[in-house]
Amino acid sequence: MKTRIHSIESMGTVDGPGIRFIVFFQGCVMGCRFCHNRDTWDKHAGYEISIDEIISQVQKGLPFFKQGQGGITASGGEPLIHAEFIEELFKRCKDLGITTALDTSGCVELTDSVKNVLAQTDYVLLDIKHMVDEKHKILTGRHNDLVFAFADYIKNMPLNIWIRHVVVSGYTDDMADVEKLSLYIQSLGEAVKRIDILPYHTMGIYKWEQMGLAYPLVGIEPPSDEVLQQIKQTLEKHNKNVYL
Amino acid sequence: MEMKKEWEGFKDGNWSKEIDVRNFIQLNYTVYEGDGSFLAPATKKTLNLFEKVKKLQEQELKKGGMLDLDFEHPSSLTSHGAGYIDKSLEEIVGLQTDAPFKRSIMPKGGWRTVEKACESYGYKLSPDVIEIFSKYRKTHNDGVFDVYDSEIKKARKSGVITGLPDGYGRGRIIGDYRRVALYGVDKLIEDKKFQKSSIETEEFSEENIRLQEEIAEQIKALNDLKTMASFYGFDIGRPAETAKEAIQWLYFAYLGATKDQDGAATSIGRTSTFLDVYIQRDLAKGLITEEIAQEYIDHFVMKLRMVRFLRTPDYNELFSGDPVWVTESIAGMGEDGRPLVSKTSFRILHTLYNLGPAPEPNLTVLWSTELPKGFKDFCSKVSIDTSSIQYENDDVMKPHWGDDYAIACCVSAMRVGKQMQFFGARCNLAKALLYAINGGRDEMTGEQVGPKLAPITSEYLDYNEVVAKFDTFIAWLAKTYVRALNKIHYMHDKYAYESLQMSLHDRDILRTMACGIAGLSIVADSLSAIKYAKVKVVRDETGLATDYVIEGDFPTFGNADDRVDSIAHDTVVKFMNEIKTHKAYRDAMPTQSVLTITSNVVYGKKTGNTPDGRRKGEPFAPGANPMHGRDKNGAVNAAISLSKVPYEHSLDGISWTFSIVPKALGKAEEERTSNLSGFIDGYFSMKGHHINVNVFNREMLLDAMEHPELYPQLTIRVSGYAVNFVKLTKAQQMDVVNRTFHERMN
Repeated sequence: MKTRIHSIESMGTVDGPGIRFIVFFQGCVMGCRFCHNRDTWDKHAGYEISIDEIISQVQKGLPFFKQGQGGITASGGEPLIHAEFIEELFKRCKDLGITTALDTSGCVELTDSVKNVLAQTDYVLLDIKHMVDEKHKILTGRHNDLVFAFADYIKNMPLNIWIRHVVVSGYTDDMADVEKLSLYIQSLGEAVKRIDILPYHTMGIYKWEQMGLAYPLVGIEPPSDEVLQQIKQTLEKHNKNVYL
Repeated sequence: MEMKKEWEGFKDGNWSKEIDVRNFIQLNYTVYEGDGSFLAPATKKTLNLFEKVKKLQEQELKKGGMLDLDFEHPSSLTSHGAGYIDKSLEEIVGLQTDAPFKRSIMPKGGWRTVEKACESYGYKLSPDVIEIFSKYRKTHNDGVFDVYDSEIKKARKSGVITGLPDGYGRGRIIGDYRRVALYGVDKLIEDKKFQKSSIETEEFSEENIRLQEEIAEQIKALNDLKTMASFYGFDIGRPAETAKEAIQWLYFAYLGATKDQDGAATSIGRTSTFLDVYIQRDLAKGLITEEIAQEYIDHFVMKLRMVRFLRTPDYNELFSGDPVWVTESIAGMGEDGRPLVSKTSFRILHTLYNLGPAPEPNLTVLWSTELPKGFKDFCSKVSIDTSSIQYENDDVMKPHWGDDYAIACCVSAMRVGKQMQFFGARCNLAKALLYAINGGRDEMTGEQVGPKLAPITSEYLDYNEVVAKFDTFIAWLAKTYVRALNKIHYMHDKYAYESLQMSLHDRDILRTMACGIAGLSIVADSLSAIKYAKVKVVRDETGLATDYVIEGDFPTFGNADDRVDSIAHDTVVKFMNEIKTHKAYRDAMPTQSVLTITSNVVYGKKTGNTPDGRRKGEPFAPGANPMHGRDKNGAVNAAISLSKVPYEHSLDGISWTFSIVPKALGKAEEERTSNLSGFIDGYFSMKGHHINVNVFNREMLLDAMEHPELYPQLTIRVSGYAVNFVKLTKAQQMDVVNRTFHERMN
């Protein structure tokens, strides 16, 4: 089986536990204004790769990925566009004795093939962009109903959920919205093991420029430490293991 | 030998019957498996003393890198009286001259070098010294140039062989300084006398007479060492009785070595767990507290940070930042499976907090995947906080060198007191590849340096043709190189013999002929380009190939791609096999390293365009590193490529300098620590040999270039040692800034 990917990173340490082999899949279902991987949106860009090729690379680095809870992470873009491919890839990785992680927006229909991937997944890194639908739509171009349905489905599965939330000044730093997010994460229950606050950064702007596209968030600065701390405290009111 | 009173409380064994420090350590050390929570902060006394040292260091920097110089009295063990920083504050005493940071001259290696060094700092070497060393006493440098042939001279001038120790002390010899603490000098003299008498009646041979003379020199040096210590009011004829004395005795022995020789790398050995035996004994007796134990180690390390040699600008360009390579090897595993980690392994690393980060001593952790987790994570934390540690793979070295070896300089392992090396600097394999293409002509000057063979004349390079010609040229290079080294070390033994350091060795030792190569990743990528893409040659009017046009893509070293990694592997094996075909002086065992120190910048300056797309004058990658920016898929894949360079064919070490931004190691501090430990474990379980770990952001380096005054202690690891970033030349700073930083964060 083959599919298109953007790139690989042999030493990921922030997308799941331990040292991880990260595959950035090509194609996305959202159009986030703050996206720092703009070049992953187009499904037809990138390059083609087979499962065997990825597995052969993972195998070479097993002494690293077997440390602690290390393993493979499917990221993107939106990896779940490539559900069948990833299901098979994750099965093969589990045979190698490493953990599997899915870095997703959750903004996908719960098809059988998506469910099959989740059955092979140890960690879901679920990026909740916004609690308020209108604001979600403005920020990402999509409604957030699918995200909640996705979260509802995985919360009872035998896997670990890491919630991630990008803080963008003027878009996601309204404390009332953060309070809603905090309560929502709490409602997901025991499966949530950790929350990562991801401050918006400007390091991805050059990719929009390289592609000749107008950057939608011109003038937006990364959030201040003060705001970030406030958000952290709000999330900690109802949840454990909040990382900034 | 009867158990002496100084040895009370130690477990007896073979060590009390003959010189056997390893046996003493094995029988008496206490393994520590915990974490760093027991460590004590710097005492007031330490802080006060260090304040004075820092002031002097500032003055030194302001004065252009040298505070003071004695340009009249050649240094020896007894050339200068006692010197102090502040006697009332110093727990451990002893300076190279009569004042701190005052350097001295050592003309035995070559008086012209010393004269040049003096002049570069605005001093004039005493005419008496010049007269003595030109009229009455021959130097090492004169000896070498009496026997250098024209081929060597040409290769040296073109830079295909660079950094040869023909005008400066060869270094890389580690005396077993622990012997002085454990046995006292009197016992060592007695032993040397016995050694001498054991061979005096043998049949005549030059080797035998040479050894007799050398032992006689060693005995003189040991007597001088006693005299030197007596200037400070100590009798080191007897063994050390307390922890403080053990450190003092050991330091005196090391200090003696730095007064006797200005060897390029003057490493201290593997001392911390040895000293821990004494510290444990004093702690158990209630003589000292943890604060005092740490104070002793802090003061010892402060002294090691103060060692200085007089160097020429040429030398500084090759090895920048005024390095001494006071390499201290820490931890490792014992042959019996117990870790050689003691509390003093922690204490010595803790000096990086108590005294702040620093390049010296060159703290080197002999890392095994079997080491206790508490120690591993402590090391990783110190690395992340200070970027001042290097790691070397004990699991690959121990089978070769046992469990009492230490690292000399950067990556050279040797059994302490049982082995020495003939340091051989390195040759430039990238240039050798260009010579292969140009039939032995130098690509920069057009001069015929190598043997005159038919150059390649085709428009596009053919892989098989290039490889065949490259084989011929590395055979020539290896032959010329070993011949040069044989001449150098013959003369070094004759005119600048390291009598004190060798007095702290056994009578019969293993010698290695430590060759080296630079430009491995350029050779691998160039051959890969020729094999997997098309490389068109651009020639000047004389037919000299001066540039290359690459058409198409090719795999590069550093991406876990076997197609090119195998080329790097084969190149190393091939050159080692060539070296081995030549007879080495004193039956030395041939070895090689893949290491450049900071000379990668100079090598780059001296090498023209290469077929991998590197431009003329651009720096080489340091050591065995992938070329800057060509390792594109992250650190694990780079590590996999590096681990393909075979240690068994590079027994003098394979250096990898690794830079990563803190955030790319993980989000939380404890994650960064465990991920770094996991990364080193991963690399070493794949048999990678060495890794320098730098954890910082490129922006910080750029800021430090702008505002050096704000970063006086910013320490970075370069190939095999560490430097103060602000002491590097601008070109070297830029080279560090341009290296691959693993920084992908999602």
